[in-house]
Amino acid sequence: MHNKTLAELSAGLTAGAFSSVELTRHFLERIARFDGQLNSFITVSVESALAQAAAADARRSRGEAGPLTGIPLAQKDIFCTNGVRTSCASKMLDSFVAPYDATVVAQCNAAGMVMLGKTNMDEFAMGSSNETSFYGPVKNPWDTAAVPGGSSGGSAAAVAARLAPAATGTDTGGSIRQPAALCGISGIKPTYGRVSRYGMIAFASSLDQAGPMARTAEDCALLLGAMAGFDPRDSTSVERSVPDYRAALGQDLKGLKIGLPQEYFGAGLDPAVGAAVDAAIDEYRRLGAEVVEISLPNTGLAVPTYYVVAPAECSSNLSRMDGVRFGYRCENPKDLEDLYKRSRGEGFGAEVKRRIMIGTYALSAGYYDAYYLKAQQMRQLISDDFKRAFEQVDVIMGPTSPTVAFNIGEKTADPVAMYLADVYTIAANLAGLPGMSIPAGFVGNRPVGLQLIGNYFDEARLLNVAHQYQQVTDWHQRMPQGFE
Amino acid sequence: MALERKDVENIAHLARLAISEADIPEYARNLSNILALVEQMSAVDTAGVHPMAHPLDATQRLREDAVTETDQRDHFQAIAPAVEAGLYLVPKVIE
Repeated sequence: MHNKTLAELSAGLTAGAFSSVELTRHFLERIARFDGQLNSFITVSVESALAQAAAADARRSRGEAGPLTGIPLAQKDIFCTNGVRTSCASKMLDSFVAPYDATVVAQCNAAGMVMLGKTNMDEFAMGSSNETSFYGPVKNPWDTAAVPGGSSGGSAAAVAARLAPAATGTDTGGSIRQPAALCGISGIKPTYGRVSRYGMIAFASSLDQAGPMARTAEDCALLLGAMAGFDPRDSTSVERSVPDYRAALGQDLKGLKIGLPQEYFGAGLDPAVGAAVDAAIDEYRRLGAEVVEISLPNTGLAVPTYYVVAPAECSSNLSRMDGVRFGYRCENPKDLEDLYKRSRGEGFGAEVKRRIMIGTYALSAGYYDAYYLKAQQMRQLISDDFKRAFEQVDVIMGPTSPTVAFNIGEKTADPVAMYLADVYTIAANLAGLPGMSIPAGFVGNRPVGLQLIGNYFDEARLLNVAHQYQQVTDWHQRMPQGFE
Repeated sequence: MALERKDVENIAHLARLAISEADIPEYARNLSNILALVEQMSAVDTAGVHPMAHPLDATQRLREDAVTETDQRDHFQAIAPAVEAGLYLVPKVIE
């Protein structure tokens, strides 16, 4: 059962080949058996999962099941879940049980999906390797010496190892796409505003966006349909109807114009990753697409721009963690300032503290114009690059990450080296564009991801373009050894 | 821009973060490296470029000024570190 896609599981449930309770037990058993090797879950919610599964089976017997009713999934531990701990992988929220559900969680529940548990991640989604988690690093199922990527590393590893058929992720600078690439699965970051941020613990509010992570583009289409939509409780949610993402999957790609940004294939790209991406592009040529070279001249400045915008917004968002209303509080504070400082100093890990400090500095008196205003101007230039590109092409392609998964511990001593792991993914967040990563080969035993970037609200096209590739390749069907 | 010990102490104070003495040199080094990365932006002339605050040029939605939330004080305070009689407790602020 664990090798089936969401579409196949949905068909199996409809045909009565298995019940949701059986399916849920199967995945819970796999988590119990294999997750000791991976550490992909922070919390496994056995009892509530079985209760949700039983309710899904009852709903089905009443004839009220939808396509996702009874299908298990894992929620990234950044989404608030009423009654189940939401830690954001931080000591700060180690005992935090949210008093409400995030809209994404509520919508998955309304579809009748079964939450297996909450997945590990970088602390407050700040990281590219899942090594900043208070609960320890996640291991890559393809090679447990390697990182799974981050910040949605637990979600990616769980899906790759078939511990969950699908999972949710969030992407502020690549946190869905980069771990999807490093773990050999599919994941899409939608257009900013497409999926509600309500109840999704905020990192950088003008960049954060949630999306699905699954093995195939078709599964991402199914899950995105359940996640997306207007939410009056998120002030940046977009009032726009959600298309049927599966309807367009079958469209052929004849005449599709693919742009390859020359800046995504320059120095810094591992030649073996580049070769895998080139082979994927050739596959698209055979599918009838036309490939043109384009330029996104400000690509190299996306990482510097991001490391002003994201820390500035995080320093503001994380000021709510003050040890007063919820979360960690230090022992025996001598006064209010001591309470704030030690609760935050002891509750946050080193990377979170670094980013809060960079943001605080960038926003402090006298520096605002030089950093935050400058970064917003850079953001406009980066966005304009894409606007020009999409006058010429339908979709942009390139590598998701400059390398395959690196080893655990390899980049932890040098934050700047770690930041450059997101060199190809960050620009889409700055511009607010949808981006996707799909499996496109291996270097040794470590997966390579192909990135697709689309125009605003062009998720259906990205999913179609990804799905067509998955009809003629089998990279997305490969399974890491040792998790049979 | 290279940050000195006193800069790190000042930023940590502004951010209300207690950091240990022993960790300050490493913060100074890492934060300086991050700022050096960030300063690559200065190579680009952005004079006259309109700053982009939001990806979609959206305007803030307005809603009717109507009561939509119910009182859930007890529910929300159940997760607080210290409460008494419906109030959040902190160390004494006013002498």
